[in-house]
Amino acid sequence: MKGGHDLGGVQGMGKINPEAENLEPVFHTNWERRVFGITLATGMLGKWNIDESRHARERQNPADYLNNSYYENWLVGIEKLLAEKDLLVENESPPKLRVPNVAEAKKILTSGTSSVLKTQQPPAYAVGDSVNIKTSNNKGHTRVPGYAQGATGIVIAHIGCHTFPDKNAHDEHVGEHLYTIGFTGSDLWGAHSENVEVLIDLWEPYLTKASNAIAQE
Amino acid sequence: MTHDHDHTEPPSDLELRVKALESLLIEKGLVNPETLNAIIDTYEHKVGPRNGAHVVAKAWTDPEFKIALLNDATEAVASLGYCGRQGEHLKVVENTNDVHNLVVCTLCSCYPWTVLGLPPTWYKSAPYRSRAVREPRCVLEEFGTRLDSTVKLKVWDSTSEMRYLVLPQQPAGTENWSEERLQPLVSRNSMIGVELAHLSDDSNEPQS
Repeated sequence: MKGGHDLGGVQGMGKINPEAENLEPVFHTNWERRVFGITLATGMLGKWNIDESRHARERQNPADYLNNSYYENWLVGIEKLLAEKDLLVENESPPKLRVPNVAEAKKILTSGTSSVLKTQQPPAYAVGDSVNIKTSNNKGHTRVPGYAQGATGIVIAHIGCHTFPDKNAHDEHVGEHLYTIGFTGSDLWGAHSENVEVLIDLWEPYLTKASNAIAQE
Repeated sequence: MTHDHDHTEPPSDLELRVKALESLLIEKGLVNPETLNAIIDTYEHKVGPRNGAHVVAKAWTDPEFKIALLNDATEAVASLGYCGRQGEHLKVVENTNDVHNLVVCTLCSCYPWTVLGLPPTWYKSAPYRSRAVREPRCVLEEFGTRLDSTVKLKVWDSTSEMRYLVLPQQPAGTENWSEERLQPLVSRNSMIGVELAHLSDDSNEPQS
C-alpha cells in the first residue's frame, strides 16, 4: 500500500534538525521506553511476524501516521495487533501462550530471526541485468517503495532467497529471490537530480525485464 | 522536553494509555514484567554504537578482519560477540576517496541494532526518510558534511532484512594508532554515513 509511511522522495518535509549525538537519550519519555519493551515482549508470543507488525503501523490514515510521533505509531500498531488477535478480550482469559522469562527473552534477542527462506526456482535475473520495477496496486503490505515503481535499474547483487514480505504480512510464508538494484538519480528524479546512486533491496516479484528501448534511454 | 519531571507534572495521556496497556498485559499473563524490563535495559544500556565503533576500529587496524568484514559482515561481527535481532543479515559498505555511502530506511526505521543500538529520532523522521534518497548532498550538508563533487555518493535504502553499516575512512594522521585509541573517533553518525570520522569536533573539514 502507498501509505503515509512510504516517504522516499516526498517533498516539503523540512529540515532534519538532528539532536547532537552525544546528548540524545535512547528514549525521550518513559512511555516510549515502555512501548518499545511491550512491542518486543509481545512479539515474542509468536502471534505475529515482523511484516505483520510493520503493516499494523502502516495501516493508518496517512495524516495520522505523519502526525504521530515514531513510538505513537508503534503503540497504534501494537494495540491493533493485540485486538485483532483477540488477546485483550474483556473478562476472558487469553489463550495459553509461551511467555518468555528473562533468560529466554535474552536468548531470542541474541539469536535473532533469519529471513532466509529457500525457493525451488532459480533466480530470474543476473548481476548486470536491466530491470523495470512494476507499478504496484497492492492494497496490502509491500516493501517496494513508491518512488522506485516504474523506474529502471540494474541488478547489482543477488542476495539470496528471503521471506517475501508482501505475503508474510498476510500470514503466507514463501521465499523469493532478493536483489540489490541500483538506480541513478536521473532514473528516479529526472535529469537535474543530484549525482547519486540509490540502492534498493527488491524481491523478484517486484521486477520485470527491462525492454531495450527503455534501457537505452 | 527531555528533562524528567514525572514526579511533579501530571502524566500525559500517552503515559496513561501505555501504563493501562502494560498493566492489562501483565494482568492477563501475556507479558512477564521482569522480561519487559530486561528488554528495555538491553537496548537502553547494553547494545549501542560502541559495538560498531569496535568493529570499525578493528577493521582499520587489522587488514584480515577488514577483508572478512567486507566479505561477510554478519559472521565477522559475530566473531566479536555482536549478533542477534536486527543484525541477522549484515552488510558493511566501505567509504573510500572515491565513494561515500549513506544509509536510510524510507519505509520505516530499519537499522543495524547489533552494532548501532536503536536509531536516533532524526533517522526515523519524515525529513530524513524523504530526503536522503532524493537530495542526499543537501542532507549531508545539514550534518556539516561537504563531499567533493567528484566523490560518488551511494545511498542504501534498507527495504529488506539486510542491514547496512558504513565503514568510514580512517582519519589522516592516525595511521599508527591502536584500536583502543581509534574507537572514540568512530561516531555513530559516521557509521550511518551522515558524517565522516574525525580526529576531534573542531576538525570537521571534508577530507581531501
